[in-house]
Amino acid sequence: MNIGVVVFPGSNCDHDCQYVFRDVLGQDVTMVWHKEPSLAGLDAVILPGGFSYGDYLRTGAIARFSPVMQAVKQFATEGKLVLGICNGFQILLEAGLLPGAMLRNKSLHFICRETFVKVENAATPFTHACKPSQVLKIPIAHADGNYYTDPVTLAGLQANAQIILRYCTVDGTVTPGSCPNGSLDNIAGLCNAEGNVLGMMPHPERCAEAMLGNEDGRLILASMVEGLKKTKRAEAVT
Amino acid sequence: MKAKIHVTLKPGILDPQGKAIEHALDSLGFKHAANVRVGKYIELDLPEADVTKAEVAVKAMCEKLLANTIIEEYRYEMG
Repeated sequence: MNIGVVVFPGSNCDHDCQYVFRDVLGQDVTMVWHKEPSLAGLDAVILPGGFSYGDYLRTGAIARFSPVMQAVKQFATEGKLVLGICNGFQILLEAGLLPGAMLRNKSLHFICRETFVKVENAATPFTHACKPSQVLKIPIAHADGNYYTDPVTLAGLQANAQIILRYCTVDGTVTPGSCPNGSLDNIAGLCNAEGNVLGMMPHPERCAEAMLGNEDGRLILASMVEGLKKTKRAEAVT
Repeated sequence: MKAKIHVTLKPGILDPQGKAIEHALDSLGFKHAANVRVGKYIELDLPEADVTKAEVAVKAMCEKLLANTIIEEYRYEMG
């Protein structure tokens, strides 16, 4: 598979994503500069973490206007996989590809630590390698991960099973105390109604290799790759 | 013409910075300071001489970029 990793000015997890997809999962990776107007030839696109445009105005607010984002919108409309991690999630929200917005963490602190997240929906292109309700240990590193949306939108997300990951305790109980940032309904990751665009605050690319002592994040990224391979095989048969 | 734009979190949306400042004011002895809200102030110049036309442009800027209307509201003064 050919995985595109978008590079904005200020992205800083782009090379981690490149490393995991290329060296750990054995895929082709194309680094896509944010001025690139086309994503032709790519099977999936990653918006990596970082501080695009220095987080000026609001996180993700300026990156949303990069030329590549028109292509990302088109890519998403075609049903192809888009994963936004941390700042990438914030950009997807600002671009309107996912509903809601990020507020400053309730504690006001930049939080960089391990979190536990529960897989609330294991029937998505991003989570099918996980067991339903599996608890993953994945680190976060952000100041603005306090997800907010209006009650009607939240009810829709819940009803459509679009909340994919929720912060929880080590044994998988979703409690206010296990939410690091004040995020509404403990939301750590959510997808669009079609299920092909996922935004998540935890960093799966930082825990995808046994050498690092934690491979939980690999489940998310490998789900994407394995799903894409299956689709390609099915297309080849028909 | 200058536009002076204020962007703040909508009422009802938790403002952790405002809360922290409120606590700090409280500990300084300003016990009556309540409902502290932190926002952004943006000013910009427009070549437009017509206030109505300039306001249309400023409103569009706020809606499209300067404020995220899911969580923020804005107001502006022209002059």
